[in-house]
Amino acid sequence: MKKINMKNSIKYIALFAAAAVLVSCENEFDESIEDGGVYSAGEADFTKFVSVGNSLTSGFADNALYLEGQQNSFPNIMAQQFELVGGGEFNQPLVNDNIGGLLFNGTQLPGFNTRLVLTGNAMGPVGPANISGTPSTDIANVFSGPLNNFGVPGAKSFHLGAAGYGNPAALPNANPFYVRFASTPNATVIGDAVAANGTFFTLWIGNNDILSYATSGGSGVDRNASNAAVNLIPAGYGSNDITNANVFASVYSDYVTALTANGAKGALINIPDVTSIPFFTTVPSLALSPLDPNFGPQIPLLNQFYGGLNSIFVAFGQPNRQVQFSTTAASGLVVRDNDLADLSMNQAFVNALIPLIQGVAMQANVPISPAQAAGLAQILAPQFGQIRQATANDLITFPAASLLGGNNQAIFSTLTSAGLPVELAGALTANGVTFPLGDNFNLDEDEQASVTAAQTSYNATIASLAAANGLALVDARSALQQVAQGGVAFNGGFLTSTYASGGAFSLDGVHPTPRGYAFTANFIIDTINTTYGSTLPKVNIGQYKTVQPSNSVGQ
Amino acid sequence: MNKLKVFALLCLASAFAYAGGYRVSTQSNKQLAMGHTGVAVVNSADVLFFNPAGLVHLENKLNVSVGGFGVFSDVQYQNTDTGAFAATDSPVGTPFYAYVSYALSDSFAVGLGIYTPYGSNVTWPTDWEGSHLVNEIELQAIFIQPTISYQLFENVSLGVGAMIAIGSVDFNRNASRSLTDEQGNRSNVAISDSGVVGIGWNAGIMFTPTDNLSIGFNYRSLIDIESEDGEATFSNFPNSPLVPANGTQGFTATLPLPAEATLGVAYSCDKWLFAFDYNRAFWSEYENLDIVFENGSESINPRNYKDASSYRLGVQYMATDALTLRGGWYFDESPVQSGFFAPETPRNDSVGYTAGLSYSFSPSFSIDASFLYLRFKEITESYDFYADPGEQPAPFRGTYKSRALIPGIGITYSM
Repeated sequence: MKKINMKNSIKYIALFAAAAVLVSCENEFDESIEDGGVYSAGEADFTKFVSVGNSLTSGFADNALYLEGQQNSFPNIMAQQFELVGGGEFNQPLVNDNIGGLLFNGTQLPGFNTRLVLTGNAMGPVGPANISGTPSTDIANVFSGPLNNFGVPGAKSFHLGAAGYGNPAALPNANPFYVRFASTPNATVIGDAVAANGTFFTLWIGNNDILSYATSGGSGVDRNASNAAVNLIPAGYGSNDITNANVFASVYSDYVTALTANGAKGALINIPDVTSIPFFTTVPSLALSPLDPNFGPQIPLLNQFYGGLNSIFVAFGQPNRQVQFSTTAASGLVVRDNDLADLSMNQAFVNALIPLIQGVAMQANVPISPAQAAGLAQILAPQFGQIRQATANDLITFPAASLLGGNNQAIFSTLTSAGLPVELAGALTANGVTFPLGDNFNLDEDEQASVTAAQTSYNATIASLAAANGLALVDARSALQQVAQGGVAFNGGFLTSTYASGGAFSLDGVHPTPRGYAFTANFIIDTINTTYGSTLPKVNIGQYKTVQPSNSVGQ
Repeated sequence: MNKLKVFALLCLASAFAYAGGYRVSTQSNKQLAMGHTGVAVVNSADVLFFNPAGLVHLENKLNVSVGGFGVFSDVQYQNTDTGAFAATDSPVGTPFYAYVSYALSDSFAVGLGIYTPYGSNVTWPTDWEGSHLVNEIELQAIFIQPTISYQLFENVSLGVGAMIAIGSVDFNRNASRSLTDEQGNRSNVAISDSGVVGIGWNAGIMFTPTDNLSIGFNYRSLIDIESEDGEATFSNFPNSPLVPANGTQGFTATLPLPAEATLGVAYSCDKWLFAFDYNRAFWSEYENLDIVFENGSESINPRNYKDASSYRLGVQYMATDALTLRGGWYFDESPVQSGFFAPETPRNDSVGYTAGLSYSFSPSFSIDASFLYLRFKEITESYDFYADPGEQPAPFRGTYKSRALIPGIGITYSM
């Protein structure tokens, strides 16, 4: 009897165990992302993604290439979404650290400093500064292994096809970022990218073809002004020149042909407006507010001084150069404009300044001899000989921010050692008020027109090549306009181009933050979906960081 | 920028939230196998937990019951808007119980129970999509319950117990959705406390109108777990006065373990026993969580839980002299309301399927085994009360799929 019971018991226990095993099945979604059940690649094949371009493609930010920036490069963000529809690994030429900066054979390369971080105090943010630390990425250690990201910071359109652009022997004329991963010293960026044999690509090049001209306040040559032979040979260009649009069209077309030769599909990304980036929108040209306690009270004295100078300008047939500060509204900064004739070359102008200087000195109760006044006129003539007041149409560049509110120290000490009291010397050397901002801090209307003409032409080339080759055309220009003009809402915030706090742009005022790159990636994904019928999801840009606060900054 | 600091502290609130959705009903192998019914069932010393009034009905003078469980739970998360997905890799939870009762006379019994009615581990991949809400949480409360039981009338018994709860919590989350130190490590806040004591009581009544019908009612009081000696650790914050400093500081917080009432009936017939329990947990007590940090900052966080019911059915069959089989089913309503669904509380309404058996080696000694399969329906929900410092609310949405597999084993001994 007992035995039979035992036998039954075993049956029951077995049944119980079987039931337990039955319910131990996988805990799965009806439609699982992980198992590839949600998204489709459409007509595109994302198996191998190759991305070609400049700093924007590399993940450059905060005026440096550093690890976190690269990990948040727009192609790397896109590659993570491509993985959901069969995309493979995305290899980047990662640098060594989150410091930034480059070494060559152990010595730091000049001009390649550590990345910028946002310093602060108890009151709030203060400003950008280079993070402390020693760069550890030596470009002499050439990166080996497969690559998918061929973004080279600083590259202009024609550089991608230039043999030797990554040749260390050619430094400093070669590009150290490409030196670090060029397959051979005389390889080309486009050649290396094509050799990677991608099934899908992005190409974003041409930004620097206008940007270096713009950020230098138009100090380069507009090679697009004419198609003279000299303008068609990029080897002869200066670093701040605008690339001729025919040169751009020619090399760009070659790149598209090369990248699509294997039947790959891809996206061409056009060139945004320079006015979309904080580098040109942070310092207003009408920066002088009567409400500013350091400026407002000085307006009467300044207007008296400039009143005298304005008469001289009129007398010299230059009424457009007159400077006047409003007591009710913001007034334009005083800028040097190289397009103006330099009146200081004219001794009559220098002489005309003498009574003006005597008057100012008398006002300040400083006895001054005629000989002294003549000496001061000689010093001050170059300062005022080529100035005008900025208008709302001028674009003042970001580096001017660090000058405003200060004085030109060289002229200040010259004036004080010439006997002027500190207050008067200070009043006559205030940056942007009495000491003009240099021409390189201002992109004036003519220069903006040159930039826009080239940009428009580049973008027309990009659009027509996209159409001709059935490629996605990504209108980055309008995407960044949205950010700059009003901003873009996202889950948990609002993305704008306001410097430091807007979230979209890193502290160099030109390159995006990770959040800005994520926004860019989403925009490109949108276009790809539309063009190829894919259903790639977009990332949540609120998960991506903005500027890095830190007081661990250089000595 | 002080906002940022306040905010980082404020978000710690979520630390305790999950207790609501995870009242772990594993207080007896016999009863768990019957859908965790038991307020009207007198099977063993386990009744000390379910209804102290039942203690006096135990046939033997001394009754001992000890057991434990392994909680294997996993939660899947995905967000089809972004393509993000993650799954928990939680350590195995090990709730346990031990009860002893002693009959001083036919109408008076005393007992002592130790059990763990609250407790869970949820471990998401570090720095995952929802890491600003939780990376990892581990919560446990051990209850100690001295109990007396008295036969008031021939068919009415009463029982009363004191509950001493000892709680501990370890919780870790990132400071915001994106803040990192200079090296790119996500800024993190962790809080830890243990040995927090709270006191409560419970009381039950059992009515046995006939030999095979019993009706039970049990009430367990609210216990406030007041954390006062815990430590909050801030790490991987960048070196900047714009964000909180790294280091540790104290905090205080109060977590309510809510009152609950259970009404049930049990009917026995030949070799069969049928039980039904209705349970109501008064979670609406949990409206906000207040956390006060040593530096004086305070946060009040909406939780807005609702009272929640569970419905339990159980059946027992004496298959042989030695073998008893059990089965059960229950429906457990979640106290978490829509819009408050956070990944440290990934618990929506659930259905439990239970089975188990006891094998008696002698009249006084048996081994009890049980198995619970707890199934949560796939749900798409959000937690709407998070915002990055100084920013707009950033609802955290996603689809969750959870389940728990809970095998258990125990022994009962009586003499």
